[in-house]
Order: sequence, then structure tokens, then C-alpha cells
Amino acid sequence: MATTELPPTTTHAVAARSLPQIVAHKVEKPNTGWTSWVTTTDHKKIGIMYLVLTFVFFILGGVEALLIRLQLAQANNTLLTPQTYNELFTMHGTTMIFLFVVPIMAGFGNYLVPLMIGARDMAFPKLNAMSFWMLLLGGVVFYGSIFFSPPECGWTCYSPLSSSNYLPTAGVDAWIFLIHLTGISSLVGAINFYATIANMRAPGMGWGRLPLFCWAILTYAILLILALPVIAGAVTLLLTDRHFGTHFYDPSSGGSPLLWQHLFWFFGHPEVYIMILPGFGIVSEILPVFARKPIFGYKAIAAATVVIAFLGLLVWAHHMFATPSPTIVLVFFMMSSFLIAVPTGVKIFNWIATLWRGTIEYKTPLLFCAGFIGTFLIGGITGVFLAVFPVDWQLTDTYFVVAHLHYVLVGGSVFTIFAGIYFWFPKITGRMLGEGLGKASFWLMLVGFHTTFFVQHAIGLDGMPRRIYEYDDVGNLELYNLISTVGSFILALGIGVTVVNVYVSLKKGAIAGPDPWKGNTLEWYTQSPPPANNFDSVPRIRSVEPMKDIRRQIARQGESLEPRVPVASASTAPEQGLQPS
Amino acid sequence: MTNAPARHRRSLWFAAAAAVALTLLLPGVAAADFWTPESGGSSNADAIDNLYKFVLVIAAVVFFGVEGALFYSLFKFKARKGAVAAQIRGNTRLEIGWTIGAAVIVIVIAVATFITLPSIRNPENSGSEGLNLAASSGVAPGVLVASGPSKQLPPNGKSLNIRVNGQQYLWRYTYPDGDTNTLNNPFSYEEMVVPTETTVTLDIEAQDVAHSWWIPALGGKFDAIPGYTNYTWFKVPKAMEGKTFTGQCAELCGRNHANMTARVRAVSPADFEAFIARRKQDTKAADDAAAAQRKQVEAPAAQQPDASRTDSAVETELP
Repeated sequence: MATTELPPTTTHAVAARSLPQIVAHKVEKPNTGWTSWVTTTDHKKIGIMYLVLTFVFFILGGVEALLIRLQLAQANNTLLTPQTYNELFTMHGTTMIFLFVVPIMAGFGNYLVPLMIGARDMAFPKLNAMSFWMLLLGGVVFYGSIFFSPPECGWTCYSPLSSSNYLPTAGVDAWIFLIHLTGISSLVGAINFYATIANMRAPGMGWGRLPLFCWAILTYAILLILALPVIAGAVTLLLTDRHFGTHFYDPSSGGSPLLWQHLFWFFGHPEVYIMILPGFGIVSEILPVFARKPIFGYKAIAAATVVIAFLGLLVWAHHMFATPSPTIVLVFFMMSSFLIAVPTGVKIFNWIATLWRGTIEYKTPLLFCAGFIGTFLIGGITGVFLAVFPVDWQLTDTYFVVAHLHYVLVGGSVFTIFAGIYFWFPKITGRMLGEGLGKASFWLMLVGFHTTFFVQHAIGLDGMPRRIYEYDDVGNLELYNLISTVGSFILALGIGVTVVNVYVSLKKGAIAGPDPWKGNTLEWYTQSPPPANNFDSVPRIRSVEPMKDIRRQIARQGESLEPRVPVASASTAPEQGLQPS
Repeated sequence: MTNAPARHRRSLWFAAAAAVALTLLLPGVAAADFWTPESGGSSNADAIDNLYKFVLVIAAVVFFGVEGALFYSLFKFKARKGAVAAQIRGNTRLEIGWTIGAAVIVIVIAVATFITLPSIRNPENSGSEGLNLAASSGVAPGVLVASGPSKQLPPNGKSLNIRVNGQQYLWRYTYPDGDTNTLNNPFSYEEMVVPTETTVTLDIEAQDVAHSWWIPALGGKFDAIPGYTNYTWFKVPKAMEGKTFTGQCAELCGRNHANMTARVRAVSPADFEAFIARRKQDTKAADDAAAAQRKQVEAPAAQQPDASRTDSAVETELP
């Protein structure tokens, strides 16, 4: 009898317990030092490692860019050999795209998405760690090639130039493995983001209350999941062509170099939106905070993000207008590229409307956002020029395209990245970045950027193709190129000022407190830097600006500090910063 | 008290804006073609230039409108004491309005493109002063039979059809002379010679890696991709006689990509015929000289009593 009675009594006992009981036999001391970083699965630590690593690659890519500009500062310059020059622009493009812009967005997403949606961590913390280490491996494999022979086929690695007949050295293989490793990193990360945002939102945070940055990261993740397998397949075919005797891209055996271009750009164009959409998300978070106004048209911006992503999958062949393609194909891709201008325009209008009738506070993050809108607009407009395919026949593969893509990716992504760094640095480190250095950095970067790249439109219109290591001084080409080179060093100086700012502020910056900007989203609810568990309690979300609700609630309670809400102390005494113990 | 620093700061802003505007405009004053692509060598290049200018005008309106709104908001709504931000969350009519507005702009550009496209894509007939392609001038016209899906010939079906072959790192041009064996046709490297007032159609090919054919003043670029043939055309007006148009490969093709230049020299039809005749003569002379040399080299070998012995002698020498 006793034996048969045992199971019911145990289940009864379990059901009766209201809380699980945990008996601690031993408290393990948390890891400190470098092992705490290597072994971590904490999204915040991984996020910081992403941000630091990608910024190192950004500096490397920047140095490569400066070498390129030095070579082009004079007509028929002999500073670099053609081989070195080709290697440099290949390294520069590949680094900036695969090792900087795409993964730094993952870094922001890693750090911020769980905090913004009130989650403890990402959905799959170990996968998250794997994402980071795969990225590092990809970077190491790729940069390892500088010790033998870096690739020299451009970041697009067009076939047949990238075949073993024309580039037998292992640089192209290093590039292929970079694509694979960073691809796995991004793919795993994207699945993680999707799972996290879909499942781990705070109570009450419906899709209509999801912060716009999380909308952007969700769309970023979906685009990565759709686009990455295609490039993974494409580079695998290239690898087998190079080493295992296949002929996918070899025209002499029935293969097609155009197949590579289609596969590459089917990935490559969504990649552009992968790089810019999280930046749009950052701007959509920062503008309302400093305009002290809700974001204008939340639904329109979220919808525009999704529409851009969808259309972004349908425009790839606008990179191929000069290839032998039927006119109807050109017309289709011209129209789809035009269409994408519409939701992009809607976003810009909504951002300006967010500033309209606000009370704008000129802090560094706001300056970077304003600089982004003004600069990105030019990139968007030149994009319409390039979408008109007969006009593109004149402009493609020239410095006009170089100018356009840098207006989109530097004026677009990089400015938003810097806005994000200045905005979230207090949350990540607990200290403010210096405003004086921040503003100096912004103005140097803005002036340097436009000096570098605006004149490149004219360089392209005057007939200078991209990717050439030397040119004759026809017309004003040498003058224009010199202006561009001077600008690039001003831009580099501006970036350097931010690096100094970060270095100084890490130790001497003003203590930030949990909510130095009077933010709108949940990451400002917790301490700066947040504790390992992020939140002790997560409030019920009632709007897209939960922090504003909380501040209002506190104000209504007559400034009486509620002990459960740590942020209350900061919101009554902002800027000076009370650090909660 | 708060007024003076505010005014000071505002003047700083204007100074900065003026400096940016100046750096943007100064080179524009220095060079007339700062803002537009090259043109003038062919009507299709001119049509592209006009289409570009049309888009540029619309772009300028959009640019100044949007930047104006941005800068106005940034200055006008700067945080001031006592100012309260309007808590506006959106406006559906406005959203619909600017969505339609943006759509209308791109539709206008699309319509302009479709109107201009035929004058860019479709070759014109040759002018009356052009090369007489029908007569037995030793130059064969392009034939419709050879045209592919994207190849187009002038309405009268006659053009001077030159084959352009891209190779690391030069361009080879093959001129038609009626001989179906293209190896016998006259050819030249780097500099293409064409008659004025004559519609020239190009068959663009590559034999190693991808290249891109581009002479800016003669129209857009067309990729030369191994395994494919790309097509374009141009017609140099009579006024441009004696002028040489320059360009270069526009698709990364290897280390000396920068040195893969191309020239197109426009000459009168008579001079062109003379050029072709001279090329043929030169080729024949070179062929004859080579044949004579071969005979000279082979002659002693023929005197050898045993040919197989010389073969083995050569073989033993090889390693």
C-alpha cells in the first residue's frame, strides 16, 4: 500500500508548493578577468565583444581606405603597385561589409534587443556565443591571407576573374571561407534574434508596441535568413570550380559567369538593406528622445521597414544593367528599384515630422542622426539616378557609384552607428561620452565625409572608372581626387576623436545613471551597466514608450520614490546621475 | 542674456552651412561638366545626357525641399525655455500624401525613361554622308540574321558591324569586309577607326575575364562577358571628324585594369575605306613576309636527307 501511495503524495506535494525550492550547496564565484569574456553566454558581454571587435575591423578597413586615397591623390602615382592596390580595395570592401557594418549591427542587436523587450537574455545564449566566435574566426582567416596573398578581385569577386585560372593564389579561398564563417555567424545570430523577438517580449508588448529598433533587427534577421544561403551556395560553387574541377562559372565548359553575378547580387542587394535597416531603427529610437516627442508614424515606419525588406529582395539585377540582358529585364529591375524609393522616402518624411514642433536637444547622438538624414538623402537620390538604366550605363562602375554607395553606407550606416555609440555608451559602460569631443567628432566626420565623397560624383561623371590604381590627369581629375583624399583624412580624424573620447570617458566620463537621456524604451529601466539578470522585475508594457509611462506614473504619485522602480531616482535627478548601488 | 549666445551660435551654423555650400559649388563653377555625364560623340550619348539632366532637375527639387524641411525643423524647433513639444503621434492623411507624392515622382521619371529609351537603345539609320554600306566598298553591312535578343540594327538594316573583343589588357576590333572567316577580316588593337555619319553597331565579347566597353562620349558602358555577346551602337556626327574619343575598361579585369584603355577615332568615310584598305594591305604584307620567313626556315630542313632524325634531335635538345 505504501509503495502505491507514494507517487500521489509526491505530486500532491509538488502541486502544493507555490514556488520551486532551490537548495544551494555551494555558491560558485562568478568568473572574472579574461575568462569571463571567453566563456560568457551573456548577451551583453557578447554584444560588447561584437562592438569592440567590429570597431577594430573598422579601423583596419579605414587604414586600407586611407592607403587607397593616398595612391589616388596624384595622377599616375607610384606609391602602391597595382597588385597591392587591388588587394587593398578588396580588403577594404570585404572588411567594411562583412566584418564591420553587418556584425556591428548584430552587436547593437545583441546588447539591446533583450533589454528593449525586457528579456533576461537571447533565446539561445550558447548559439549567441557561437555567432561571435564564428565572426572572429572569419576575420582571422581572412586577415591571415595578408601573410601570403590577399584576394584581389574586389569584394564582389566576379567570375571568371576569381577562378583559379586568373587568381590561383589562396587569397580567394580565404575570402570564400570568410563568407562561410561570417555567414554562419550571421545566420545563427539571425535565427536567434528572430526567436528572441518573437517569443520573449515583456508582458503587454504586442507587435504594435515593439520598439522600432527591434522591428529593424527582426527585418534584418529575416533578410539574413533569406539571403545568406544563396551566397553560401554561390561561394561553394566557386570553391568547387577552383579546386574540384567543376565548371559552374566557366563559359568554356557550359558554365556562366553571369550565374555568379545573379547569385552574388541576389544576396548582395538585400545585404545593403541588412546594413542600413538597423541604422534606420537606431535613428527611429534616438530622434524621439531628443525631440521630446513620440516618433511620428510608428506604424508607417514599421511597415516601411518590412516593405523595403520585401522589395530589397527584388532589385538585385540593377547591379547588372550593363550585362547582356533583355530590355524587359532591365525595365523590371528599374521599376522595382524605383518602388523602393517610396518607403525610404516615407521614412525620411516621418523622421523630419518627428522633429517638427519638438523641442530638440542638440546632444551628439541627435547631431549624428540629423547628419544621417541629410547625408543619406543624397545617397537615396543618387540611387534613383542609378535605377534609370540608360543613365546607369553611363554611371555604373565609375566613381559615381563609389560616391553613391558611400553616401548610403557611411552617410547612412556609419553615422547611425556613431549615433548609437554615443546614445548607448552610457547604458553599456555607466559613463557618459564627452559632449565636446563628441560634437567635434561629428563636425569633422560630416565635413570630412562630404569633402571626400561629394566630389567623387564628378570624378565618375568625368569618366573615371572605379578600381583603377592610376589615372591620367584629364580635365580636373587630379584636383578632384586630391580634394577627396584631403577629405578622407578629415573623416579619419573625426573617427579618431571618437576613439579618444571612448578611451577617456571609460575612466573619466560623468556617471550616467540608469536613464541619462530620459529614454523611451525599457533598456533605460535598469541600471547602467545592467546587472547580469538585466531586470529584477519587468513592468507591464502599455505603449511603445514604456519609460515615458513610468515617468508619468511617478510624477502622478507626487515624486514619491517607489523602491521597486530603480529608475525613479534618476528620472527625478537626471544628468547629474545618481548611481544606484 | 540668452539672446546673444543664441544669435552667435546661429551665425556659426550659417557660417558652417555656407562653407559646406561653397565647397560643393566651387568645383561646379570651375568645370561645366561637374554635374553631368560626358556626351557629344553620338546621339544616344546625348539622349542619356538629356535624361540624366531631367532626373537631375527633379532630384534638385527633392533635395532642396527635403533638406530645407530638415534644416528648418532643426533650427526652428530647437529646445528653448518654456517650449513644450507637441505630442503628435502621426497623421494618416499626411502619410498617404507623401507616399503618393514619392510614387508620382518615380512614375514621372519612369515615363521620361520610356519616352527616351528608343532613341538610346535603337540605332538610327546612317546619314547620307556616311559610309556607303550597300556599295561594294569592301565593307560589309551588319545583317539582321546575326542579331540576338538584344541586338538591334537601324530601321534600314544596315550598319557597320564591328566586333569588339576584350582581353587582358587590351581591346581588339574586327572590321567586316565580307569574308565570312572573321580571322581574315581587318582588325586593330586599342584604337578603333570609324567613319562619321555612319551607324556603327558593336558586338562586344570577352575571351578571358569580364571587361566592360566604355567610351563616355559615345554612350553607356556594356559589359564584355565570356560566353556572351553584348550589343551597342553609336553614330559620330560629321562635325566630330578627326576627333579621338577615349575611354577605358570599366570592369575590374586584373592588375592592369587601369591600363586597358580604348580609343575611337572618327574619320571621313573615304579615310575609313583607305584605313581598311591599308590594314588589309599591311596584313597581307605581314602574311607574305611571314610566309617568306617560314620558307627560309623550312628550306634548310627540307634539304636534310632524314627528317625523322632532326625531329629526334630537337626532342633530345628539349630537356
